[in-house]
Amino acid sequence: MKLLWLQSGGCGGCTLSWLGSEHGALFDVLADEGIELLWHPSLSEAGLDDARTLIADCAAGRQAVDVLCIEGSLLRGPRGTGGFHRFGGGAQPMSDWVKRIAGLAGHVVAVGSCSAWGGITAAGMNPTDACGLQYDGEAGGGLLGPDFRDPSGLPVINVAGCPPHPDWITETLAMLARGRLGAAQLDDYGRPRFFADQLVHHGCPRNEYYEFKASAQKPSDQGCLMEHLGCGGTQAHADCNQRLWNGEGSCLRGGYACIRCTEPGFEEPGHAFETTPKVAGIPIGLPADMPKAWFVALAALSKSATPARVRENATADHQLRAPSVRRGKK
Amino acid sequence: MSTRRIVGPFNRVEGDLEISLDIADGRIAAAYVNSPMYRGFEQILQGKLPADALVLVPRICGICSVAQSAAAALALADAAAVEPPRNGRLSANLTLAAENMADHLTHFYLFFMPDFARAEYAGRPWHEATAARFRATTGSATGQVLPARARFMQTMGLLAGKWPHTLAVQPGGSTRPLQGSEIYRLHRILREFRAFLEATTFGARLEEVAALDSRDRLEAWRTQDGGGDLRAFLAIAADLDLWRLGRGTDRFLSYGCYVEEAGRRFPAGLWDGGPAALDTALISEDTARAWYAATGLPQHPAEGGTLPVAEKEDAYSWCKAPRLDGRAFETGALARQVVAGHPLARDIVQRDGGSVAARVVARLLELALVLPVMERWLDELAPGQAWCSEARLADETSGVGLVEAARGSLGHWLTVRRGRIHNYQIIAPTTWNFSPRDGTGQPGVLELALAGLPADATGAIPAAVQHVVRSFDPCMVCTVH
Repeated sequence: MKLLWLQSGGCGGCTLSWLGSEHGALFDVLADEGIELLWHPSLSEAGLDDARTLIADCAAGRQAVDVLCIEGSLLRGPRGTGGFHRFGGGAQPMSDWVKRIAGLAGHVVAVGSCSAWGGITAAGMNPTDACGLQYDGEAGGGLLGPDFRDPSGLPVINVAGCPPHPDWITETLAMLARGRLGAAQLDDYGRPRFFADQLVHHGCPRNEYYEFKASAQKPSDQGCLMEHLGCGGTQAHADCNQRLWNGEGSCLRGGYACIRCTEPGFEEPGHAFETTPKVAGIPIGLPADMPKAWFVALAALSKSATPARVRENATADHQLRAPSVRRGKK
Repeated sequence: MSTRRIVGPFNRVEGDLEISLDIADGRIAAAYVNSPMYRGFEQILQGKLPADALVLVPRICGICSVAQSAAAALALADAAAVEPPRNGRLSANLTLAAENMADHLTHFYLFFMPDFARAEYAGRPWHEATAARFRATTGSATGQVLPARARFMQTMGLLAGKWPHTLAVQPGGSTRPLQGSEIYRLHRILREFRAFLEATTFGARLEEVAALDSRDRLEAWRTQDGGGDLRAFLAIAADLDLWRLGRGTDRFLSYGCYVEEAGRRFPAGLWDGGPAALDTALISEDTARAWYAATGLPQHPAEGGTLPVAEKEDAYSWCKAPRLDGRAFETGALARQVVAGHPLARDIVQRDGGSVAARVVARLLELALVLPVMERWLDELAPGQAWCSEARLADETSGVGLVEAARGSLGHWLTVRRGRIHNYQIIAPTTWNFSPRDGTGQPGVLELALAGLPADATGAIPAAVQHVVRSFDPCMVCTVH
């Protein structure tokens, strides 16, 4: 499977995340899966004229591309020219190259939330008119349009995340190489379901604090981050607390909120990222699939039932009370 | 009569780079460095809540992500007049150092060395072994380095939740208190990384490398048994005379980094023929040759603005031209160590100035210098004591955050009005090194370093050009941001 990787309006962090693959040395894994890297801007030897010739060959159909990976938003500005990113060594906007090669590629993969939805580059006033490959925030559209399908009938495959977990990328590519990624394996936003059918909340180590609504008040507290500190883990689709990051990490394990970086439009939450917006003391963003009345009732009940141990530990930066040990029971 | 060649895309530079070369009589008469992508972070940040900068700015760059976080946290801390407790400071040092160490390793093995595997060098005595070891993606080194790097980056899982793009680095300290067993796990990771570096990169104890104090000692050390990839590079450097390739301004800038009780571990300062004090009030950004609306005279970043214009006569880059007292300065690991007074770095620069070899050696020297310090910081962490102070920001305030990313000096200048970001200006390391010309016609550091190199009006661009470009460990996504 021949893979071409191009970057546009992003930070390169998806590639850097990918290099941290925990499946073993990345290039060995790719070779073992039969994935041949035609070119990658950060990793390949070829540059300058050699790279330009290769890209032109891909765009003209002289070089087959089985999978096109795009990292970074597509920049349509200024005034629809795409001039905010011209591919090095030429006058042509990167968005033109992407459009042409996407029309010929076997599959198109958006690596990261920028190329999936627009992402951080589309935040604020979106000065570059940045968008994703097939989405513009939550709306279908983007550079390739809502109707884009690859020759096998798949839409753009959105390995969302800012950045995505390295193994989301590798496993998506391996599934494509093995012919095991079809429409049924993608969710409504084109994200591979193997990671998107989970919530960040699943496996969160702050689970007991969540159950009792024993909440952190300030950074470095151990309590649940949902009530006050902006955590969207109960609504964000990803397996971050089951498949851990950099060994044994995740945003929650790092002590800070899930900012829902796999979701379209995450860059503009409508409130401070690390502060939970509330109406009458109730967080606006409720857990996925949870009826509001039940959430309110359960929260009130669980708060009144919070063990002192959990309540006290929630607002401390280390454990003040350990779970008690019962003696004399077999 | 010179011929203009537009050369690009340069790859393995973190982002996009294009260079126009005026070639005359088989040499580069003038180079014009173009950063061809604009994303507009300074515009995106305007009007945002100040704390949201902690989410936005790391995403300027996937490779200097923590450095961007650290600069924002320092700017916010400055604006809020808050200082992190000792644990918070140590944790910030460890997190930034981990990123900088990983970046040095990534640069050497994945971005820089593969150029010596090029067919252009077939026939050199070292070529065959070098190609087998360092060829991009397939060389034997990547199979060792990527797992070692991934294991080392597990420090980030513990210290910062994940990398890149953490929110653990806060103005008041760290969101991630560590307990005894976690500190022990970090200790194991650092020890494993030390073992990797000593066996694979240096063929020597880190302390032995860090103690090298002159070019002569370095050369003598190179010829000793021990192996290791640094010795292999030094042999290539001697053969190709990389000690005299790619000389820049020979003026060096460092903001200093790693805050300790007694000040910054590597102090801030300048080297301008000799040590000199840094006065950041003298920094300005010039947009005469960049695609931004003319704002009159070059401005200090606290007063600067960012208004892109698609068409502008004589402009050729999205990169502004930062200057200190009107002059271009080089920044990076070499600058940091020259300013900090490391005897090897000083001796190198006093003999032949900045060069491809000097920049690469300074990076590897830092690997040997900083890892032992990380081990010490880890020992100093005190579980049970505070990790994070509360930072409260006034509605009208301003702050500055100056740090050292792997590739050099990174500054954030923040102004808050009515509780919102009024202005946020960023000068990244590669903005200094890869700047275009300014209003006086003064070239940027890379533009200067490329001038005079052999090149033909047609045919392949020599690998030497690529060595010079990559010797700066450029980060193009940071450059323009």
